[in-house]
Amino acid sequence: MKPRTSGSVIRLTAPLRALAQRFSFLLLLLASVALMMAGKIDALWVDSFRARVTDAFVPILDAISRPAATAAHLVESVVQVENAFEENQRLKAENARLLQWKQAALRLEAENISLRGLLHATPEPPVSFITARVIAAPGSSFLRALVVTAGRRDGVRKGQAAIADAGLIGRVVEVGEWSSRILLLTDINARIPVSLESSRIRAVMAGDNSDLTRLLYLPQDAPVSVGERVVTSGHGGVFPPGLAVGVVAAVGEKGIRVQPNVDLSRIEHIRLVDFGLPGGESESVSELK
Amino acid sequence: MTAGFWQRLDKTGRNLAPFAVTVMLVLVGLVPLQIPSYAVVAPQFALTAVFYWAIHRPDLMRPVTVFLIGLLQDLLSGGPLGLNALVLLLVHGIVLNQRRVFLASTFALMWVGFGMMVTGAALLQWAAYSLLSGTALPVWPALFQALMTLAFFPAIAWLLLRVHRAFLQG
Repeated sequence: MKPRTSGSVIRLTAPLRALAQRFSFLLLLLASVALMMAGKIDALWVDSFRARVTDAFVPILDAISRPAATAAHLVESVVQVENAFEENQRLKAENARLLQWKQAALRLEAENISLRGLLHATPEPPVSFITARVIAAPGSSFLRALVVTAGRRDGVRKGQAAIADAGLIGRVVEVGEWSSRILLLTDINARIPVSLESSRIRAVMAGDNSDLTRLLYLPQDAPVSVGERVVTSGHGGVFPPGLAVGVVAAVGEKGIRVQPNVDLSRIEHIRLVDFGLPGGESESVSELK
Repeated sequence: MTAGFWQRLDKTGRNLAPFAVTVMLVLVGLVPLQIPSYAVVAPQFALTAVFYWAIHRPDLMRPVTVFLIGLLQDLLSGGPLGLNALVLLLVHGIVLNQRRVFLASTFALMWVGFGMMVTGAALLQWAAYSLLSGTALPVWPALFQALMTLAFFPAIAWLLLRVHRAFLQG
């Protein structure tokens, strides 16, 4: 690549610059691959770096996610006006049913308190919630995660459970000062210790990037039926036991599939559960990342 | 002297437009739209932008810039660090290599060329994710996403053309 005549500086630098450019391209390609490997081997520094960069972009992401939320509200309100009558009928029926449930719940609560008093059972640790808004979702077919506006300053810790209206949606995998990242149940890396509500059989619920999740490590002859509720088991110590997760949607050759309770593509606000157990980041959960 | 300074500043600002627009498109791509299953097939606007600028103003979209944009996308989306950087760099490299063909072609042909690029990018991403997770993941979600990116190409290209005309000509 050396020029034959090196009379003028320009003639010399032009090919050199071309060489440097080509070289920089290769160098950058290698750097990308090296970063991928480094991130695979040691994810910790990548996580903290990622958290910092995400923190820096929180104001912008927050600002540009608001119009999108407003537009979604607008569309939703139009649909709601259209269905107002039917919705009202449905809600009245549901309300009547829920009032009965409320009576049952009050009766059971009173009974529970008196029984606990008789047994001197240790009370469960107190649970508090941190509410946050969703400001980003990765636009990728291989990732199921959310970025929310609550971080270390708000008391968010790695491993905390994230819930939205009707149930569990995932857990915190990375915490910045002002933001944190939630790995959704359906992500291929998600593993949640669960149990089947009626039979109390324990299992691990795993995502596979589809809309349904799978149950793993069930006993061979475990009686599982479609429609059974799946709740967190509380094993591992970070999740409170008994949080609703989903219902069994299919039992078949391909394994047991669970339909999460929450529509994971339409989450706007979430609550992070601060379950007051000491040693929040237990081994079993952090290694599952 | 001051006029020269302001002119230079103005020029620098204008020359930053391709970079700024691409970063903005990365951020817009992360907005959580409350549409069922949108996030899974969200079009990759940054890829479109890198493709466009590599054809029209490669002097303002250098490999280093592309690398940084890819890295930012990786950091914010939570994917493996370096993957988008690699994909964008390769697209940029190939486009630069075939730049004359693209410049001489019609819009329809350019669209076809872009189709080949996004398909390649999707397959590369699929391969990388499969390799990193140690299992063969289904390939069709990535191809759906490529299709979405392809469908949004005219709209984004039009937007970039407007930016191009507004900031970099005249």
